[in-house]
Amino acid sequence: MRYFITIFLFISIALVSILGFRGSKSRKPPLEIFPDMDRQYKFLPQTANPHFSDGRADRPVVPGSVEFGSYVRDEFYNTGKIRGQFGHGFPSPIYVNREFMDLGQKKYNITCAVCHGQTGDGNGITKSYGMVATPTYHDDRMRKMTNGEIFDTISNGKNNMGAYKSKLSIKERWAVMTYLRALQRAHNPKPDDISSEKRMELGL
Amino acid sequence: MANIFPKWSNTVPLKIIFAVLLLGGAITAGVTYYFTPKYSRVGYMPIQPVAYDHSLHVDQLGMDCRYCHTYVDRSEHANIPDAGTCMNCHNQILPDSPKLAPIRASYESDQPVEWVRIHKTPDYVFFNHAVHVNRGVSCVECHGQVNEMKEVFHAKDHSMTMCLECHRNPEKFVRPLDKVYDLDWKAASEEAQLKLGKKLVHEWDINPPESCSGCHR
Repeated sequence: MRYFITIFLFISIALVSILGFRGSKSRKPPLEIFPDMDRQYKFLPQTANPHFSDGRADRPVVPGSVEFGSYVRDEFYNTGKIRGQFGHGFPSPIYVNREFMDLGQKKYNITCAVCHGQTGDGNGITKSYGMVATPTYHDDRMRKMTNGEIFDTISNGKNNMGAYKSKLSIKERWAVMTYLRALQRAHNPKPDDISSEKRMELGL
Repeated sequence: MANIFPKWSNTVPLKIIFAVLLLGGAITAGVTYYFTPKYSRVGYMPIQPVAYDHSLHVDQLGMDCRYCHTYVDRSEHANIPDAGTCMNCHNQILPDSPKLAPIRASYESDQPVEWVRIHKTPDYVFFNHAVHVNRGVSCVECHGQVNEMKEVFHAKDHSMTMCLECHRNPEKFVRPLDKVYDLDWKAASEEAQLKLGKKLVHEWDINPPESCSGCHR
């Protein structure tokens, strides 16, 4: 009996010291003792597929493809240009309302604010880490820039800025562009923006 | 006539019962403790080709999850970003860092960086990221506090129990939509969470499936 208990304790301690405890960090992939049908012969997003020469399961998008059902036949809407020139105003599929502005704000804060700053002054967090050339929206050059050119810059990038058409849909890009105009407007107020009483107070 | 059984045999049955109980107990305890994803999956922290630090990018810089995982709210799959996403900033910030060499190589060659996948549901589970994050289930519920991780590891067990716990009591987990990507957010108290959760479940008409076909197809 004494032998049994000794051996039992020895084996238990040995097993625990080999297997360790729950939650301890490990570099080794999880054991799948009973594979069931956990890993099937199918291709999931962003996985490898040896059938193709580049080895990926996801096929690169053919240039010029559009998402099914999303194509609008409107040059200005799709490219920001009217007959090759950056256009003013908004293309006809865009209808600006509160919901559209909220979409723009949301996407701006996710995608653009990191560099351009939440207020559009070009002082995003990246500036303190070495990104020096981010321009502010609040100067004459940017205020006078056409909507189409801003849309094109978001889509295709410019100088050091990368293209964002893979992250934002066409509608979202127009929404961000619209929100950018709102930021500019908020930064460049006119006396008429405040009530006459307040204007008196401020002596305007 | 001499005794057939020696004297020590008197205690043998008791000893056998004791030994069987001890062994049985130990095996049960061992299986309960080890044969679960809480042991087998949690803590998996593979070496990635680039030591991307989430705590730096999210907590220190304040970046949103969706800057990189762009399609998490529109797709079933929470995408790993392409090298171009990194290069949007790293073409100017630490542009020559040797740590980022695989990113630059990928950006120039158009070959993807081979990140090691950590969270893997079985292939017969159809988990849709978009429906969850768009109904107030935060990233943190399944992935843990990635915003604090210097190196990503498997934090939660992703067992079916874990899925069902939330599917049976969604009010304990759902949160306002603007807090889904705020991994530090917590309701003020458990009661506050329940109150808010019940309200959101009612308003959004949340009715998580508990039948097999809800997730297994």
